[in-house]
Amino acid sequence: MVLGYGNPGRQDDGLGPAMAARLEALGLPGVTTDADYQLNVEDGADLAEYEAVVFVDASKTAPAPFTFERIAPATEITFTSHSVSPESVLAVAVEHFGRAPEAWVLGIRGYEFEFQEGLTPQAQANFDEAFSFIRSWIGTRRE
Amino acid sequence: MATTTTNGKRKIVINPVTRVEGHGKVTIHLDEAGKVQQARFHIIEFRGFERFAQGRFYWEAPTIVQRLCGICPVSHHLAASKAMDVIVGADKLTPTAEKMRRLMHYGQTYQSHALHFFHLASPDLLFGFDAPVEKRHVLAVLAAFPDVAKKAVLMRKYGQEVIKATAGKKVHGTGSIPGGMNKNLSIEERDALLKDADTMLAWAVEGLDLCKKTTLENAEMLLAFGSFPSNHLSIVREDGCLDLYDGKLRAKDADGGIIFDQVAPADYLDYIAEEVRPWSYMKFPYIKSLGKEDGWYRVGPLARINNCDFIDTPIAEKERQEFMALGNGKPINATMAYHWARMIELVHSAEKFKELLPDPDLQGTDLVVTGTRRDRGVAWIEAPRGTLFHHYEVNELDQITRANLIVSTTNNNEAMNRCVNVVARAHLEGKEEITDGLLNHIEVGIRAYDPCLSCATHALGQMRLHVQIIGPDGAVVDERIRG
Repeated sequence: MVLGYGNPGRQDDGLGPAMAARLEALGLPGVTTDADYQLNVEDGADLAEYEAVVFVDASKTAPAPFTFERIAPATEITFTSHSVSPESVLAVAVEHFGRAPEAWVLGIRGYEFEFQEGLTPQAQANFDEAFSFIRSWIGTRRE
Repeated sequence: MATTTTNGKRKIVINPVTRVEGHGKVTIHLDEAGKVQQARFHIIEFRGFERFAQGRFYWEAPTIVQRLCGICPVSHHLAASKAMDVIVGADKLTPTAEKMRRLMHYGQTYQSHALHFFHLASPDLLFGFDAPVEKRHVLAVLAAFPDVAKKAVLMRKYGQEVIKATAGKKVHGTGSIPGGMNKNLSIEERDALLKDADTMLAWAVEGLDLCKKTTLENAEMLLAFGSFPSNHLSIVREDGCLDLYDGKLRAKDADGGIIFDQVAPADYLDYIAEEVRPWSYMKFPYIKSLGKEDGWYRVGPLARINNCDFIDTPIAEKERQEFMALGNGKPINATMAYHWARMIELVHSAEKFKELLPDPDLQGTDLVVTGTRRDRGVAWIEAPRGTLFHHYEVNELDQITRANLIVSTTNNNEAMNRCVNVVARAHLEGKEEITDGLLNHIEVGIRAYDPCLSCATHALGQMRLHVQIIGPDGAVVDERIRG
């Protein structure tokens, strides 16, 4: 599962959904994609069914072009419904749906987050590099 | 939390307000004697959407307004659609379109109310206001009440599925358009939702019972907490029935007297005005006839249940009557009663699922109507957090020339500030040590209003907070930015 989240109406905040859409268009066997404005607690119910998940989000602080980190379920959650962390979603999956998938966060560096659709050129360049990476990584996982 | 001292007055800043949508800031000004001089709830509000909308084509509005907020995009989607119905002259939608929109709206209300009660508010009610920080979050609820918490996750999931089936997709849904809808509900979608509709109602009733039981067992404390008289504003149906999707505006005073009733959307500026205060980005709406000092009001579940004459679903109506008995028929003015009222609406939404889903109109194919084109469109909807106003003006080229939005949290702005003051005076006054538990009292009060402070972006590591401390001469004494 590749789960991209963010608001495509706020420029580079849409990096996550853009990645989900790009991968969905490839139609890779065994790869499911989804997109939402933000992570929600109910994502834990869905993700428990998958072997592995990659959360894709925009980052204002990650070194360009992107970071890719393995994560584990949270043991303590500071929770707001506005911003449920990937670790918290995994914790919900473990606690109530029996298991959590292996999980990674792909944080793609973004720059502008105003009311406007479309990625900035720099973010688009970072996106392209992240796309090449994740496509190759998915290929490796499927071997 | 940070404490600063300026000219003998201490200023306590609580920031961010945990478990509130988005982020905000509370400042409490103490005098030399340690008494609360003033408390304020500052909202870090996004700005500029109205300007952004200018020049866009009117038919884009239902989609682009979803950029405003990743938390309640459906409310904006529907409010903008309703305003654009006016623009295209669609005075009466087809049964299929109206029922699809209503279903979408009940899905939004259901998932939002379930999330708020079980995951944000229930730690306050189940563990107490003085509970340590490590217990004041949903994982503690999961641990202590695993069955309840798991049901809450699945209730939210169900509400999201209703939204997806009606809006078309989760991000930037396109289902609702000026004059109607662009999709109906397929048999497959209907059956998938119907399968769990009974369960969703049963779980909603369980949640309401839990809320009611907890509130009544602690009534002396909970109903006194953050209680203050206010006016109440909401839309109601022509016959006075609760209606979350459509109706006319009604305002009642703290004793239940009608201030105005059956105000049409187009006339809202004759009744409501917005005050600007220099210390807040967010405006302070008020009822014109009562003036700035006395015209502020509450919106949201508490105001809606107080304002309506009845509810047209049987379980929610029975529960409404029990709730209103608390005030002997007069409006309930207790902040914590918001939770109980919210759960009545949760049950009502689930009852509406059961009423709407079997309706064959949802499979109809007559989806859009048009009429005489207009250049001004005003509409409202009862968003989960309260009344949401959308007002647009459109030129002959179909471009938006003016947009004015009054969002639910703005409508509750003064009420939340009053709440912070009341709670601060009652619970911080005279204390030598300010504990996490005491500070949480402030947050509990704010949280009851379920404010949405979202700036609609959430990128990893983004700037969440800009704090300024202003001295008595207006100069910035300190300034901090927190991620």
